[in-house]
Amino acid sequence: MKFITVAGPPSSGKTSVIIRALEHLKAQGQRAGVVKFDCVSTLDKARYTTSGIPVKVGLSGHICPDHFFVSNLFQCHQWGRQQGFDFLFTESAGLCNRCAPHIRNILAVCVIDNLSGMNTPWKIGPMLRLADLVVIAKSDLVSQAEKEVFLFRTKQVNPRGAIIHVNGLTGQGSAELASLFFKAKEVASVNETKLRSSMPAAVCSYCLGQTTISDQFQMGNIKRMDLSEGNEGVQGEGR
Amino acid sequence: MTRDIATLPAGDVFGTYPGIDDFFESIDLPRPAENITMLEYAAFLDEEILEDKGLMRSQLIRDFKDFVTGLQKMADPGETAIQSITITAGRDKSGQPEETGFTLQPGDVVSVVGPTGSGKSRLLADIEWMAQGDTQTGRSVLINGESVDTQWRYSSEQRFVAQLSQNMNFIVDLSVKEFIAMHAEARGVKDVNALVYRVIDTANTIAGEPIFAETGVTALSGGQSRALMIADTALVGHSPIVLIDEIENAGIDRRKALELLVKKLKVVLVATHDPVLALMADKRIVLKNGGIRKVLETTPEEKENLRVLQCLDGAVVSIRNAIRDARTIETPFQEILRDSCGGAPFEQAIVKQLSSGRKADPGKRWKGNT
Repeated sequence: MKFITVAGPPSSGKTSVIIRALEHLKAQGQRAGVVKFDCVSTLDKARYTTSGIPVKVGLSGHICPDHFFVSNLFQCHQWGRQQGFDFLFTESAGLCNRCAPHIRNILAVCVIDNLSGMNTPWKIGPMLRLADLVVIAKSDLVSQAEKEVFLFRTKQVNPRGAIIHVNGLTGQGSAELASLFFKAKEVASVNETKLRSSMPAAVCSYCLGQTTISDQFQMGNIKRMDLSEGNEGVQGEGR
Repeated sequence: MTRDIATLPAGDVFGTYPGIDDFFESIDLPRPAENITMLEYAAFLDEEILEDKGLMRSQLIRDFKDFVTGLQKMADPGETAIQSITITAGRDKSGQPEETGFTLQPGDVVSVVGPTGSGKSRLLADIEWMAQGDTQTGRSVLINGESVDTQWRYSSEQRFVAQLSQNMNFIVDLSVKEFIAMHAEARGVKDVNALVYRVIDTANTIAGEPIFAETGVTALSGGQSRALMIADTALVGHSPIVLIDEIENAGIDRRKALELLVKKLKVVLVATHDPVLALMADKRIVLKNGGIRKVLETTPEEKENLRVLQCLDGAVVSIRNAIRDARTIETPFQEILRDSCGGAPFEQAIVKQLSSGRKADPGKRWKGNT
């Protein structure tokens, strides 16, 4: 079974792009399933189901979404194998942009969109920087100039990855994306595979459900901003 | 063998590649001091900063080197001069072989016509993707008669195709001047300011209403936006091939817009449903059921008919504008037509046609299959 991680900011077009590409895989007799990771709720289950794509949903709730992803990866991979899929995709929204679900030796895809603004590539972090394949969506909606600048900035952040434009509405570029999915490696097991970047967490009292805002109720790993004169408020940067 | 860029003092690297500022800004890292090398910089970076950014030292150095390589490529893209682009015949939606392929040269304008769903977007997509027999149509795109290295599909410096689609908008909140400058900088242009004003002046030759440098791009009208995008594509963009999805007949001089792209030796493909735009092209590609059904050269007779058609079209535009302007449409139609024919009576255009010795040749009537 080929295994592919897809990540991207919320509403960047991940689901549309995957559905479009899966139409092409299906047309070639391939069976594909998706595990959708989200935080609080998701409407994408219905979209996949309507498109005839088997889907499982994982909601992280009160757990850090990236940690939730990692701790469920093994079961998800097993589910895909039991179903006899040729392809299994995980879809997750990088919510704080600090971490990425990308795994070494497993095709890593990042979906970003032109409407999110010209500085977005600079803001996303490892999810974009460590991807093998960057899909830029919604490029039919912006001027060629913005498209080129956005592409340029994406390339600045991820100089090695392949970058393609896919239109989730018309499907332009989706056949090409599917052909790249075909080149993904077979992944027999995710056991002992390694993340491409670390996923630290600040375990503090608020992680554990504290809601009162007060010095007295803050415990554990706390980081404070420096708002003194001549400082930008960025802690620990030595500026 | 040049020296490893990571072992040079930062001051020297910044001197050679001013664009390197973006590297540090994009990760939000402080700029290194002039006298330290990137290797030293990475080695001395605080562990906590690396942790915060999810970075590793080795990776930071590798990314830095890649970034510099990118800047070098930008300065010298080693562009392949395009003498021709050929689309070989593939198959239609039913798997039937296409009638024909076609070849285009710089400065060619072709229209792509056919009913909705006939495969216009697919054809443009094949060209954008530089299909090599690996798309559903089985077409191949050849540059200068040769197949294309598929690696080019992913390179940002060597994109062959600029696309102007119908529902494009400006998203950024910048003035016209800042906007063009941003694009020019990303393109590694030397004299940004001069180019910015050239683009604006050029856009003004094709826009109906004047465009000012200080206006916000999001405040431009549809026609102004379109004019600015076309001028920008012609003058700032490097892509030798321009795909246009319809140019609305409002607020923009379509003939001049196409001339501008031709002058810049672009290969222009326009997908359209508008007969005027279709006949303005030298050639038209007719699609049916996902396949190329015919490639027709625009004949001198068609060009003559186009002139009459443009008069009629101009009349429709002026009536539309009058309605928008709260004017009434009581001017005798002859006069409206005369204005839209550049002052010459419309009858003259017709009469010229009728007296041109062109007989109603039955063979030339609605030539082609029905």
